[in-house]
Amino acid sequence: MPLLNVTGLSVTLSTADGAARAVRDMNFSLEKGETLGIVGESGCGKSITALALMGLLPERSETTGKIEFNGENLLQKPETEMCALRGNRMAMIFQEPMTSLNPVHTIGRQVMEPLRLHKNMTRAEAKAEAVRLLDRVGIPNPQERLGNYPHQLSGGQRQRVMIAMALSCSPDILIADEPTTALDVTIQDQILELIQSLVREEDMALILISHDLGVISENTDRIMVMYGGAAVETGPTETFFEALSHPYSQGLFAAMPKLGMGRTSRLMTIPGVVPDLINLPSGCTFTDRCPLATAECRNSAPPLRQLTAGHNVACYHLDKARTMKAEGLFA
Amino acid sequence: MNSSTSLSFLARCRRSRSFMVGGVMTGFLLVCAAVSLFWTPGSAYDISIANRFLPPSSTHWLGTDQFGRDIVSMLMTGTQNSIAVAVVAVSIGLAVGVSLGLLAAARRGWTEELIMRFSDFSFAFPAILSAIMITAILGPGGVNSILAIGLYNIPVFARLVRGTANAIWTREFVMAARASGKDRFRITFEHIMPNILSIIIVQATILFAIAILAEAALSYLGLGTQPPHPSWGRMLNEAQALMFLDPWQAIYPGIAIATAVFGLNLLGDGLRDVLDPRLSRKR
Repeated sequence: MPLLNVTGLSVTLSTADGAARAVRDMNFSLEKGETLGIVGESGCGKSITALALMGLLPERSETTGKIEFNGENLLQKPETEMCALRGNRMAMIFQEPMTSLNPVHTIGRQVMEPLRLHKNMTRAEAKAEAVRLLDRVGIPNPQERLGNYPHQLSGGQRQRVMIAMALSCSPDILIADEPTTALDVTIQDQILELIQSLVREEDMALILISHDLGVISENTDRIMVMYGGAAVETGPTETFFEALSHPYSQGLFAAMPKLGMGRTSRLMTIPGVVPDLINLPSGCTFTDRCPLATAECRNSAPPLRQLTAGHNVACYHLDKARTMKAEGLFA
Repeated sequence: MNSSTSLSFLARCRRSRSFMVGGVMTGFLLVCAAVSLFWTPGSAYDISIANRFLPPSSTHWLGTDQFGRDIVSMLMTGTQNSIAVAVVAVSIGLAVGVSLGLLAAARRGWTEELIMRFSDFSFAFPAILSAIMITAILGPGGVNSILAIGLYNIPVFARLVRGTANAIWTREFVMAARASGKDRFRITFEHIMPNILSIIIVQATILFAIAILAEAALSYLGLGTQPPHPSWGRMLNEAQALMFLDPWQAIYPGIAIATAVFGLNLLGDGLRDVLDPRLSRKR
């Protein structure tokens, strides 16, 4: 039995302009110790998927499907049971370390809280554990840092504290939603390495969300590309870039700046904008931006089909997409 | 680290002129009220017709009123009365209003809707009208005027707290707190309350001034503190008939009310500067 099994997950957010179908029919599973990378543009439903897993979606939303965690459907769990799971069996790291810590409480208090809440530790036990955790995430002088307030720490240090908080109860699964987007490039690698080593040490499952294909490819076992609220391509990281076929994935890959690229050459972009989640086009949501789109694409959405072992793509024109890959689909 | 934080807090207090002036004015009133509990220069209650309308002297610092009562003593005892009424009335507003506001922000949905419509409803009546209505139903008197002012404070706090708490609820650290498994109740007390405390304190100071003014108004109308207990509002009322005979009788309690309201407003303004987290972060 996989640790996490998501089947047919759909999320509809009600907004002032109408119902936005933020996530549509997502299916994936995650084993213990496995790392999954979710990649896609802003507004493609990555973060909403993460929040749905944690049960932290806004009240004006509707979630259907199944999220089985250790064999139990989280969507049917009452809020009190979810509170006992969050921070304990499943934890999350957010994008903005600058604002993710409460400015009025000390670092020590905030790291100690989950321990006291979920592990019923005494103050002294929690304090000792907090020092150990802060030391583990690479905060110098952890004993003294306990009394510091968030504004006395740098962005990278705050993200380290957030990681310490998230990992305090050794969860089964860690969800990192763009954990390095707000940080300096030099700090980014350190933080990702830290997450990697901690996840491996504790044999945790990791869902790493990013818009950066480079970050994802270096830090995961499996990659899932999302577009317009649905998965368009998924496969093992090792062979992902070889097998990469979906026109959108190709575009995303081509849009990455590459080493040795002349300073005069322009970055490739995918023409058009992300689809409006309130008025999604029928059929494949990438149709409007896809150079291969035909009438068939507009009529019905292509299902995920297996290309090679474990590599699935949702596109009707795979052969054409693959032959055109060499010369560049968007060139 | 803690000592430097508290030091700069004091430094900020000293830098804020309105905090200092307001604090001194309010402090002066508090001292008057405290002293009057066990000592007044004369008697605020004893009637002595022979000594009526005495000019200021060494025994009667501000003279006597039409019944021969010592005006300084009446003012001091009146301070006590005003402060007591305001403290209880603001406490009622704080206890009920802040709870309702926090509840509305934590629960959202129909709970919030109900609390906010209730606030709108009670706001639709002018404060003095609802106070008159309450004292008309329950009868005039000190306790009932406290109740009337306290009830008026409830929606003021409820609205303010709900609005500011809603803003805090959308912050990332609240999401992070939820992700660490805290329920709405815990988040309200550990994360929402500390972040809106300064706003509540400032509002309480301002409402304290309004409560003193309201108490004086109700007593002036004969609905608040009843004789023989001295009250600034009633002193004004009694002085009104003697306006042309001895105008000072009206001016003294007027100055007392103005000092209290002005001082508390300055203090509230100063507190806003001192407690504002955005200013404190800049240091």
